[in-house]
Amino acid sequence: MLFTSYEFLGFLFLALTAYYIVPKKAQSAVLLGFSYLFYFLSDGRALVFLLVTTATVFFAAKKLGELHASQEACLKEHKAEFSREEKKAVKEEFLKKRRKWLLFGLLLNLGILAVCKYTNFAIANVNGLLHFFGRTEEFSPISLLLPMGISFYTFQSLSYLIDVYRGKYPPQRSLSRYALFVSFFPQMIQGPISRYDELSATLYGPHSFDPAQLSSGLQRVLWGYFKKLVIADRLLPAVNLIIRTPEEYHGAYAFAGMLFYALELYADFTGGIDITIGIAEAMGIRVRENFIRPYFSKSVKEYWNRWHITMGQWFTDYIFYPVSVSGPMLKLSKWGRAHLGNVIGKRLTVWVSCLIVWFATGIWHGASWNFIVWGLGNCIILLVSQELEPFYRWFHSRVNLEDRFGWKLFRILRTILLMSSLRMFDCYRDVPLTFRMFFSMFTAGNWKVLVDGSLLNLGLDPKDFLVLLGGLFLLITVSLLQRKRSVREQIRTLAYPARFALWFGLFLVVLVFGAYGVGFDASQFIYNQF
Amino acid sequence: MQASSSTISSEKEALSFEALKEQEEKGRGNRKNRLSAAACIAVSAALILGVLALLQALLMPKYMGKIVEGAMVAEYYGEVKDHDMVFVGDCELYENFDPVYLWKQYGINSYIRGSAQQLIWQSYYLMEETLQYEHPKVMVFNVLSLQYNEPQKESYNRMTLDGMRWSKTKIDDINASMTKGEQFLDYVFPILRFHSRWKELEQDDFTYLFHKRQVTFNGYYMRTDVKPAENVPEGKPLGNYNFGDNAWDYMDRIVKLCRDNDVQLLLVKAPSLYPFWYPQWEEQVEEYAAANHLEYINFLELTEETGLDFQTDTYDAGLHLNLSGADKISDYFGGLLAKGNPEYGREAMPDRRGEPELSSRWEEKIKAYEAEIRRQKENPPGIDP
Amino acid sequence: MEELLEILSELHPEVDFAAEQSLVDGKILDSFDIVSLISEINETFDVVVPPEEIKPENFNSAKAIWAMIEKLRDEA
Repeated sequence: MLFTSYEFLGFLFLALTAYYIVPKKAQSAVLLGFSYLFYFLSDGRALVFLLVTTATVFFAAKKLGELHASQEACLKEHKAEFSREEKKAVKEEFLKKRRKWLLFGLLLNLGILAVCKYTNFAIANVNGLLHFFGRTEEFSPISLLLPMGISFYTFQSLSYLIDVYRGKYPPQRSLSRYALFVSFFPQMIQGPISRYDELSATLYGPHSFDPAQLSSGLQRVLWGYFKKLVIADRLLPAVNLIIRTPEEYHGAYAFAGMLFYALELYADFTGGIDITIGIAEAMGIRVRENFIRPYFSKSVKEYWNRWHITMGQWFTDYIFYPVSVSGPMLKLSKWGRAHLGNVIGKRLTVWVSCLIVWFATGIWHGASWNFIVWGLGNCIILLVSQELEPFYRWFHSRVNLEDRFGWKLFRILRTILLMSSLRMFDCYRDVPLTFRMFFSMFTAGNWKVLVDGSLLNLGLDPKDFLVLLGGLFLLITVSLLQRKRSVREQIRTLAYPARFALWFGLFLVVLVFGAYGVGFDASQFIYNQF
Repeated sequence: MQASSSTISSEKEALSFEALKEQEEKGRGNRKNRLSAAACIAVSAALILGVLALLQALLMPKYMGKIVEGAMVAEYYGEVKDHDMVFVGDCELYENFDPVYLWKQYGINSYIRGSAQQLIWQSYYLMEETLQYEHPKVMVFNVLSLQYNEPQKESYNRMTLDGMRWSKTKIDDINASMTKGEQFLDYVFPILRFHSRWKELEQDDFTYLFHKRQVTFNGYYMRTDVKPAENVPEGKPLGNYNFGDNAWDYMDRIVKLCRDNDVQLLLVKAPSLYPFWYPQWEEQVEEYAAANHLEYINFLELTEETGLDFQTDTYDAGLHLNLSGADKISDYFGGLLAKGNPEYGREAMPDRRGEPELSSRWEEKIKAYEAEIRRQKENPPGIDP
Repeated sequence: MEELLEILSELHPEVDFAAEQSLVDGKILDSFDIVSLISEINETFDVVVPPEEIKPENFNSAKAIWAMIEKLRDEA
C-alpha cells in the first residue's frame, strides 16, 4: 500500500480514529493490529518473514537479558569469595553464552536478508566468473520474494539485539510490544531505522487525544505529500526518460538528469519521511529525524551527517566502530605503525574501516555493483577530504574566505554536485554505462540543449516546469525558515485566517498540482467516432 | 483560534474594573470563546467546501466545444419526463434519429439517452434510471454495443457516467464500467480525476462554469454538413464473431427490465456503414430477437425504403447521418411507430400535438432547433482535418 | 591524563580539550577522530576499548575519556 494511494488515506483515517477512540490501554494493541494489517495488505505473502525476524530477535534478546541478569546475580552472590580472576572467568563464561545467542540472531536474520536480496546478484557474479574462465554453463536466477521493508526492519531489529547484547538496555518483555517496534506501519516502507530506546519512549503510549498535536502531525504529512506529489512525481517521467535511454540522452541531458534526480530523490525520500514522522506525531509518537536540510551541507562529511541520518548512524555504531576497534584492526594498526611509518600507520585503521563500512552501505542500498561502486566513491571522497583537512586549514589561514557568503554557497553547490554525480550510479544500468554518461557531460558539448527548448521534450511542458520552479522555491524558502525554528511553529503564531489560508492553500496546491491519478490526456478525448 | 482568544482577553481586561464583575465576565468570555470557536469552524468548513466545489466545477471538462458528447447524459434531468418513447444507446442513436422530426411529423414525444461509445451495461443502467423517472411505452436500443464485452475507454466512461445523478444505479453503473486502474473515488470526487486540467483551462471552462448550454435536441446531436461516403472499408475479419457473455447477460437484463416494467423493447441497428456490421453479428441478433419475441429493425437493409443516400445524408463519410439523413430515417421510423405492430403487441404511438402544454414546450425546442440549423448553414461545423 | 590531552590536541590542535565538555554532542570529534583516538589509546595505554563503550557520554570530555580508560584498565 503506497502512501500515495487512496487506500492508504482511508487506512490512515481508520487507524487514527481507532487509535483515539479505544481505551488508552488498548492503543498499542490497536497500533500493532493496524501495522500488521498494513503489512498484510501491502505484501501479505511476506508476512511470515516479518514474523520470523520478530520472533527470533525477540527470543534471542530475551535470552541475552536473562544471561545478563544471571551473570549479575552470580557475581553478587559470590561477591565476597570470588577473586578478580574468578570474576573474570565468570564474566567470560557468560559472555561466551551471550555471544552464541547474538550470533544466532545476527546470522539467521542477516541470512534471510542475504538470501532474499542478494541471491540473484551472487548468481549473476558467479555466472560472470564462469564466463571469464571460458565455461558456458550458467546458473539461472531464481525468483525470490523480496519482503517489503526487509532492509529496514532487519536493521532495526539487529540494532535492538546488539544493544541488548551490549547491555545498553534490558530487553522488552512483551512480545506484542516488541512486535510493534519492528512493524510500526508509518516507517515500514522506507524507515527511518529507529532505535529501540528512542522509539519505545513514546511508542507505547498512552496518548490522549490532542487536537493541536494531531493537526501539527497532519500538517507535516501534508507537507510530505506536497514534496512527493507536486515535485518528485512530476519530475519522474523526465528522470526516467533520461536514464532509460542513455544512448539518446547523454552529455548535457545526463547533467540535467543528474540534477533532476537529485531533486526528485530529495523530494521523494524526505517527503516520505515527513509523512512517516507526521503520522507518528499525530499519534503522539516521536520518530527520529532522518534529514536535516542535507543540501545545505558544506562538505560531504556534513552531508552524511544530515542525509538519511538513521542509516548513517546505524552503520557507524554497528559496523564502523566494532570493525575499527576489533582485534585484527588493532593488530593492523600496530603493524602499520611498525612498517609504514607513524603517519600512515595511524590512519590505516580509519581507511580500512571506512572502506568496509561504505562497501556495506553500498550493498545495503541494492544488490548490484552500481551501489558498491557508489559506496566506495563516497568512501574515497570522505577520505580524501579528511586527508586534505590540513591543507584547507593552511589555505584558510592565508586567504580569508571562510565566512564569506559566496564561499559558503560554493561549498554547498560543490557538495550537491559531488553527491549528485555519485548518485548517477543509482540511475544507470551498470557501472561502465554510468562512467560513460558521467564523462559524456564533459565531452558531448551539447550544452545548448539546456536552453534551446529541448528539455521540453522530456515529458514535461512549460507549465510543469513552472510548477516545479514554484515548488522548488517553496522548498528552499521553507528550508531557510526552518534553520531558526520549525516552520509549523512559526505558522502557529499567525492569526487564524492566515494559518487557515496557508494550510488550506497548501492542500489545494497538492490537490490540483499533484501528479497523481489518471492523467487527463486531452488526446484521449478527441472523439474517434464511436 | 489564536486571534479570537486574544481579542477576547483584551476585551476582558478593559472591562475588568471589579473583581466580581471580572468573574462574571470570565464566564461570559468562556461562553463567547466557545461560540467564536464554533463560528470559526463553521466558517472554515463552509469555505473549504465552497472552494472545493467551485474548483471542481471549474476543472471538470465542460464538453461545450468540439466534443459535446460528455454533456448529453446530464441534459435529460432538465426535461419534463413524460416521453412516450426513449432511445437508449450509443452514437448510432443520437446522431441518426431526430425526435424533433418525430414530433413535427407524427406528434411523437420522444427522447434519446445517448452518449459516446455507450456500452451495453451503461445503456441498461440508463434504462433503469429512466424508469425511475417516467414510464415510456417504448424503449429503443441499438444493438451495435453488443460487440463490447468489457469496459473500453476511461474517457468515454467519464462522458457517460459523470453526467448521471447519484443513485444506486449510478454506483452499479460505475462498478460495471471501470477500466483497469480506474478508482471509484475518482467518480465520487471528479476533481481527483480532472485536477490536472488546470493546464488546459480555456474560455469555455469559465463561460459554462455554472450554466451549460443545451447541446442536443431531446438527445439528438444535429449536424447539417455533408461529407459523402466513398470507399467505405470492408470489415476486417475477426477471430471470433460471437458476442461475449457479459454483453449477452446485459441484453437479457434489458429484456427483463422492459418486461417487468411493461415497456415495449424495440431493437434497431442504425444504418451507419461503419463500424462494420458483420453478417455473423446480424445472425446472432436475429436469432436472439426471434427467440425472445422481440421486434428488430435493421436499417442497413432498408436503404431503399428510407431513401437514404450516402452521398448526401452523412456528414462523416458514412459513420453518422446528418440532419437530412436523420430525418429520412425518422420519417420511416415514425411511420412504423404511428401504426403499431400487433405481431409484437406494440400499440400505435399517440399523436400528442393536440396537447397545448406539450406543444408549447416543443415550440420552444423547435425554435432553438431551427436557429441551430441556420447557424450551421452559415457556419458549417465541419470536421477537423 | 597529560598523555591523553597530547593525543587529543594532535587530532584537533585548535580545541581546548581540557575545558571542552561536549566533544561528541558538539560535533568536535567525528567518528574518524574517535576511531583514531581509540587506536592511539590502545597504542599508548594498552587498553582495548570495546564497541559498547563507544557512546557519547564516554567521549564528551577529556575527563570522561580518562575515566573510561581507568575503568577499562581496572577491569582488564
